Amino acid sequence: MAIPGQKQLTSMDEFLEGIWKQNPVFVMVLGLCPALAVTVSAVNALAMGAATTFVLLGSALLVSLMRNVIPKEVRIATYIVIIATFVTIVDYLIAAISLELYEALGAFIQLIVVNCIILGRAEAHASKHAPGRAVINALGMGLGFTIGLFALGSVREIFGAGTLFGVPLFGPDFQPWVVMVLPPGGFFVLGAWLLLFNWWRNRKPAASEPANVVREASHG
Amino acid sequence: MADATLGQIFLATVLANNFVLAMFLGLCPFIGVSGRLNTALPMGAATSFVMLVASLCAYGLNWLVTTFELEFLRLISYIVIIASAVQLVEMVLKKYSPALFRALGIYLPLITTNCAILGVALFQTAREYSLAQALVFSLGGGAGFTLALLLMAGLRERLNLASVPNVVQGTALSLMLAGLLSLAFMGFAGLGAGE
Repeated sequence: MAIPGQKQLTSMDEFLEGIWKQNPVFVMVLGLCPALAVTVSAVNALAMGAATTFVLLGSALLVSLMRNVIPKEVRIATYIVIIATFVTIVDYLIAAISLELYEALGAFIQLIVVNCIILGRAEAHASKHAPGRAVINALGMGLGFTIGLFALGSVREIFGAGTLFGVPLFGPDFQPWVVMVLPPGGFFVLGAWLLLFNWWRNRKPAASEPANVVREASHG
Repeated sequence: MADATLGQIFLATVLANNFVLAMFLGLCPFIGVSGRLNTALPMGAATSFVMLVASLCAYGLNWLVTTFELEFLRLISYIVIIASAVQLVEMVLKKYSPALFRALGIYLPLITTNCAILGVALFQTAREYSLAQALVFSLGGGAGFTLALLLMAGLRERLNLASVPNVVQGTALSLMLAGLLSLAFMGFAGLGAGE
């Protein structure tokens, strides 16, 4: 996907980095708590992804703008207060838009504060780059996170309830795999996705014998 | 939920609603620190302690915030108080038990961003627990976190001796293990207060 080994990263590379090369869910395995807790359906997953992206964007912009003002000693505390402010905004926003969604996501909206992706971006990227670049990077990361959540949520909804976005897929005879929407299902589905990505990465150097590995990788 | 007895709350949070395996709180340290048994135990103990302190502080703060009708400040004040509690624990440990302080190392400050801690504060507010209930809830949460961490560490120490195919190694394997543990813990569903 992205061209490796380039010295000067273009904005496009910066953007793609979060989606593919450093995908927060599948590659860095960060922000697991919300990723597993709320992804029982595709809609919940998208809402959570959008909320996180908003916080990510807002905090990246503000941290980047204030990067020369914040004293080094108290930077982490400052970042957390900035992030908490944006999370409070999102919390009230979701409650105002859809009470149903608000109740489904529950305390996990507020728990975005301690999502390590956001603090990680603020510390590792936004505090060192100009606002434009920080926002692009945050947008990529947010989208990557949303894609990850959607990949989890849609698989769990399809197997666990036989639906996607509430639309039945398999007809009335389908017996839902209830375990998929229960906590163990979350672990299994993410584990299966990681297996798939492991296989993908391992396959590249040794492209000769992928056939027998495929079978193992697709087991959930 | 608010009229559950203390014993029910404790049992339910340790087993049936285990923080890590049923509610997905504190997964980062669960995957990160559960490699070896001898780091898992101090980590669990330190997290439990911070949880207790945070729960106590959050109860007081919640009273303050609701009295003055400043609910929108709740989240910010919680996170600040947790960060200060962690700092306090760090300073006390450094002064009175330098050995333990060194053993915990970087994991100690990282407790601030452990969502299990903020989770305790948020859930006890959402469920309108009394002070005693909140404290028992946080104790149960800490005990459950430590239990999950120990179980996982034991399993992973055994796995080090097994020969695992290349593709499955690493986080994928840990997640599968966690899934099986979580499946086992579902057997406790309905124990204690339940839902």
